[in-house]
Amino acid sequence: MLSWKSLTNNKLIWPIVSLAILLVFNLFFTPHFFAIQIMDGHLFGNVIDIIKNAAPKAILAIGLTLVIATHGIDISVGSVVAISAGVVAMLIGGDLQGIPKHPIFISMVVAVLVCTLAGTWNGFLVSRIGMQPIIATLILFVAGRGIAMVTTNAMQVWLYAKPFALLGQGYFLGLPFSIYIVASLFILTYIVTRGTALGLFIEAVGLNPTASRFAGINAKNILLSVYAFSGFCAGLSGLIVCSTVMNADGNNAGLLFELDAILAVVLGGTSLNGGKFSLGGSIIGALIIQTLTTTIYAFGVPPEISQVVKAFVVYIICLLQSDQFRRKVAGAFGREVSV
Amino acid sequence: MSDRVPILEMKRISKFFPGVKALSDVDFRLFKGEVHSVMGQNGAGKSTLVKVLTGVYKQDSGEMLLEGKPIRPDSPLAAQKLGINAVYQEVNLCPNLSVAENIFIGKQPMKNGMIDWPKLNRNAGELLARLNIYIDVSQILASYSIAVQQMVAIARVLDSSSQILILDEPTSSLDENEVAQLFKVIKKLRDDGLAILFITHFLDQTYQIADRITILKNGVFVGEYRTSELPKLDLIAKMLGKELSEFSFAAGSDKSKKTSSATSREVDSILKVRALGLPGSIAPFDLTLDKGEIVGLAGLLGSGRTEMARLIFGIDSADQGEILIKGKKTNINSPRNAIMAGMGFCSEDRKSEGIFPDLTVRENIVLALQGRKGIFQNISKKKQGEIADEMVKSLGIKTPNANILTKQLSGGNQQKVLLARWLATNPILLILDEPTRGIDVGAKFEIMELILNLSKQGMGVIFISSEFEEVVRCSTRVAVLKDKAKIAELVGNEVNENKIMQTIAGGE
Repeated sequence: MLSWKSLTNNKLIWPIVSLAILLVFNLFFTPHFFAIQIMDGHLFGNVIDIIKNAAPKAILAIGLTLVIATHGIDISVGSVVAISAGVVAMLIGGDLQGIPKHPIFISMVVAVLVCTLAGTWNGFLVSRIGMQPIIATLILFVAGRGIAMVTTNAMQVWLYAKPFALLGQGYFLGLPFSIYIVASLFILTYIVTRGTALGLFIEAVGLNPTASRFAGINAKNILLSVYAFSGFCAGLSGLIVCSTVMNADGNNAGLLFELDAILAVVLGGTSLNGGKFSLGGSIIGALIIQTLTTTIYAFGVPPEISQVVKAFVVYIICLLQSDQFRRKVAGAFGREVSV
Repeated sequence: MSDRVPILEMKRISKFFPGVKALSDVDFRLFKGEVHSVMGQNGAGKSTLVKVLTGVYKQDSGEMLLEGKPIRPDSPLAAQKLGINAVYQEVNLCPNLSVAENIFIGKQPMKNGMIDWPKLNRNAGELLARLNIYIDVSQILASYSIAVQQMVAIARVLDSSSQILILDEPTSSLDENEVAQLFKVIKKLRDDGLAILFITHFLDQTYQIADRITILKNGVFVGEYRTSELPKLDLIAKMLGKELSEFSFAAGSDKSKKTSSATSREVDSILKVRALGLPGSIAPFDLTLDKGEIVGLAGLLGSGRTEMARLIFGIDSADQGEILIKGKKTNINSPRNAIMAGMGFCSEDRKSEGIFPDLTVRENIVLALQGRKGIFQNISKKKQGEIADEMVKSLGIKTPNANILTKQLSGGNQQKVLLARWLATNPILLILDEPTRGIDVGAKFEIMELILNLSKQGMGVIFISSEFEEVVRCSTRVAVLKDKAKIAELVGNEVNENKIMQTIAGGE
């Protein structure tokens, strides 16, 4: 009983169980779901696709995890993805021969910097002006798409500079390149938050800003930096999105990504009430959402009801993760409940 | 007056909460046309009594008679229907609606299914005129002063069926003129025959307005008195549950040993506060603290003790005066500055300003030390564990290990964790605001013992407690506060409960 207890107390267990259930479902009901082929030395298959397609949202989820841990929210990330795509596309330019206007690497750095600045703006509104996070980031949520449109002169920009495609379409050691970006960002964020006191401070600020201030923590700067970081992540995510389709579309790039990313964080076990956060959980959350999307396509659910099916499954997963619900179910089955 | 039949009689009211007896066998009588003040320290049961009366809580035993008929309101709404209305400290109105709308919200006069605006404004004006207030009722509420808002709140609950008006700390955010204005209204209502229950922690205001006083102490009924027959000093003694004679014995027991430090002050003073003040919070005050000295801040609830501590610790920014730490002028604008200067502060509100229940004991303990070191000088998990284990051991914190969530500990142990957080920073000055509140007697004793030991090791301590007995037992010197100002400093033989109470009462 003890090991079961320590297992169920582990924060990551329920996200992992949810993902496992989805995968097992596919094992039985989706033919060739786990089949992996090797073509040109690259791995192909549903599972690889899931990981690859989850990358942009997983990156957003990493940034959002820290924001949500401070009891905040950033709904502007989808729009910032569009800004990033717009900026990088304009800097590289739509030359049909694929000759970049500015060096590709510099263009990417500038795009990410612009997005970090956008995130800092959110952080400024929240930490210095004292605006509620959802309102502060709503401003950029709305304005961001406009900014993206202005950057690209309200046109879709198509890119032909081959090296840029590496980010979203390329492979390295047989695996999609974007996986390495997610992995590096994850490891880096993990080290920065858990190897320093930043993680503890973020959790403390999220749990109780007043008590944190009394303990000598500069809550304002913590808040500023998590929003800036969320902008940074959105910038990075935007590069991958743009590179995947070699196109920048202010209206559609990153559309509704913020919702999937928030969902990923919550499915990963970080509470919207702030406090303890789990970066690993958020990555698993992003994988759950992408697996679900892929499963729905692979299973042949008619597109007109696919969103409903997705919502329903998410609802079930949320129930599964709720302590209260599990206790009630356990109670209903007359089992003794270990808390 | 007492041969008349009271309009309200509460008999032997008891109310239990898990582990606490909030009210036990409390009697309370209220007559038509009187202002009756309920007095008592924190936790005396004043607000529980009000909540039973207004139907927020149900009493566990005892009965309530309204005009001789038993009542048992089960909700504030039910109480209101019986004519029992309450106005609370924070004005629970909508500042962005008009005065008239606020008064009639939920009971607007209707005409043909629409709100009858002319009638609404006319009625509001008439209602306020009854309180001798003449203002434009169509203006939004926020455009008026807090005092007027308070009166609008009173007007709102008054209608023809009102019999009892409860005012819970209505004056705490008002200035002197506004209080006078409010008292005029209260007196008018009293003369109109309303029974008014008035709760305040300002002694002087009680003597200005109340006809009778009921005193509670730790949920127990102490007595009911006519204000004119109860000297202020007696009131204080009864609120604290002491007999005056007790004090004369206790006074000057062994204070002589503690006075010696005063001589070497210039050399050793670790804190010197000069004319520090913030309008509306606390009047400018001086305070000196020597190495190894415990200075007590004594005063009743709302006297400015906490405000004083908050200014010194930089939680609120003083707009005048200066702070010298070890003789050096130090700018303290935030708790962070204060911590850097070597201070620590245990808030009286452990739950909302101190402990993080959802962090582990270890994390709670290292938080301020880590806060001082900043983000990049990370204390390793191993080192954190060592610090926490050492604190758990030396403070006798009862916990299986330092890695469990702090919310699983008892109140007294949580308080020790908070203390440990500050001790881990090795402060030169520790400010303790009500460190013994809400914890059991054993833990109380241990914490007091600990404070005395710390001062022996050279730490300066500012000790705040509602229990004058504790202040006297711990402190070398005592600063007495009243009505948001420091009014005296007691040293040597003067440090006794009797003298403190006399000082607060104004030398009666």
